[in-house]
Amino acid sequence: MHIIETNQLTKYYGKSRGIKNVSFHVDEGEIFGFIGPNGAGKSTTIRLLLSLIYPTSGSAAIFGKDCIQFGPEIRQEVGYLPSEVFYYEGMKVLDLLKYSASFYRKDCSKRMMELADLMELDLKRRIDDLSYGNKKKVGVVQGLLHQPRLIILDEPTSGLDPLMQQKFFNLIQEENRRGATVFFSSHILTEVQKLCNRVAIIKDGGVIDIQDLKTLKKENYKKIRITSETLGEKDFSFLGVSGMEKLNGTLSFFYKGDINLITKKISSQRLADLSIEDPTLEEIFLHYYE
Amino acid sequence: MMNIFLFEFRSKLRSAAIWSISITLIIVVFMSLYQSFARDHALALEMMRSFPRELLIAFGMADLDWSNALGYFALAFIFVQICLAIQGANYGFSLVSVEESELTADFLLSKPITRPSILTAKLLAAISTIVLTNSVLWVVSFLAINLFSGGENYDVNALILLLLSMFVFQVFFLCSGLCISLLVKRVRNVTPFSMGLVFGLYILNAFGGMIGEKSLEVLSPFKHFSPSGIIRNAAWDGALAFISIGVIVVTICASYVLYVKRNIAAAV
Repeated sequence: MHIIETNQLTKYYGKSRGIKNVSFHVDEGEIFGFIGPNGAGKSTTIRLLLSLIYPTSGSAAIFGKDCIQFGPEIRQEVGYLPSEVFYYEGMKVLDLLKYSASFYRKDCSKRMMELADLMELDLKRRIDDLSYGNKKKVGVVQGLLHQPRLIILDEPTSGLDPLMQQKFFNLIQEENRRGATVFFSSHILTEVQKLCNRVAIIKDGGVIDIQDLKTLKKENYKKIRITSETLGEKDFSFLGVSGMEKLNGTLSFFYKGDINLITKKISSQRLADLSIEDPTLEEIFLHYYE
Repeated sequence: MMNIFLFEFRSKLRSAAIWSISITLIIVVFMSLYQSFARDHALALEMMRSFPRELLIAFGMADLDWSNALGYFALAFIFVQICLAIQGANYGFSLVSVEESELTADFLLSKPITRPSILTAKLLAAISTIVLTNSVLWVVSFLAINLFSGGENYDVNALILLLLSMFVFQVFFLCSGLCISLLVKRVRNVTPFSMGLVFGLYILNAFGGMIGEKSLEVLSPFKHFSPSGIIRNAAWDGALAFISIGVIVVTICASYVLYVKRNIAAAV
């Protein structure tokens, strides 16, 4: 059984696209990254999973149960941290957390206090008076206090300072070790790189690739820079070469394929300079988005 | 569900207090002038006659007999009704829309609870607030009339019927406001919506009365529960009251259907 499974999930807002035919699955115990630029459809997918909105076609299931039909039952074990923080007017942090806890069958007060302590939350303050980052912390505690089996995070780290981000990542990893599955949406690649096992890349409303992070980073792409008077763009117009750029006589491009093929090509020429390196994730993704 | 009810009810207490106090002030100020009004009754009538009759009809004052305490109270009640309508409409328009405009919908709807339960809890909380406000006004009305009428006898039944009408009247605005808020994509600010609904229906009644167009009046709860009518006949107009109740039933059912199907707007 997959923890999350979507099947040709599609959502149109009137005529404008939300997402199109999104299919993926998340296994138990994974930290699954969901990467894409703003407006790609990350939040739409998450809102469909939580049945805040309903799909135009296709379906989604969590814990093997349909998201719409078994919504309340599923959400008993889902923790959600929205990208935008919310507050009820004039409410104190503690009151909001207690209100949040009152929806769950189990007693959450102990875990609530632990988390508030960890995130250094002042429980007596009014939420309206908190800074953006502190509101975000309220969101974190609120989303985790019932020790959910599935944690859904929508751009969770925006507004948190680096120190707090690190604490937050540790917390997520700890929850993950405890057995929670994590669905992590972000457009910041470095944080995904740190945490996730697998990532889905979403662009213009469709999932264009799902990759194991280690393989994505290791196996294929090489970033190659060559400075040579005798070599031009045309010499590299074969399969596996992409993102070709020429600047001040230096060619730079990505190469995916048999490394011997390209070294053979290069070795037959006189070079002024050469570098072959692993691209950063960022470069790989930017490449995808082009 | 109980937790949502209590939360919603508590968050409305302040507004209930403010409305109760404001309307109490209207009633008390109005009724405190009754004695001087009654003394110069002939003069006041004379002044009223100088206004065009259409205008008096429009404001629902044409058929009022101000020479007795209850008739005079009915005059005050016209203004009370406008306040009650705004209170009801405010609650209706904001009931679920406020969660979307303040981004708390994501919080509430990602909790393990069904949408019908959320709506039921919220509706019950709003209705309880209305009952609370009504109770205060019952006490205030009786006290004010007894205090300021100078021992005059009045038809208690007529007064009870008038005060009873407050509840249906407010629930009408609560439910139609809720239903409209669910029909539109987003309610950014409640006030223009509730003002529009309340004064729209008020003008419909006034205008209908002025030009004698029955079909316009039939749509407006200001007509269904016209204070002058209830006091004069010591009864509700059954057919018209039934229209109000019908609208309530239809808009509640529609609201449940619309809310369950609703795509909750994301933050922008």
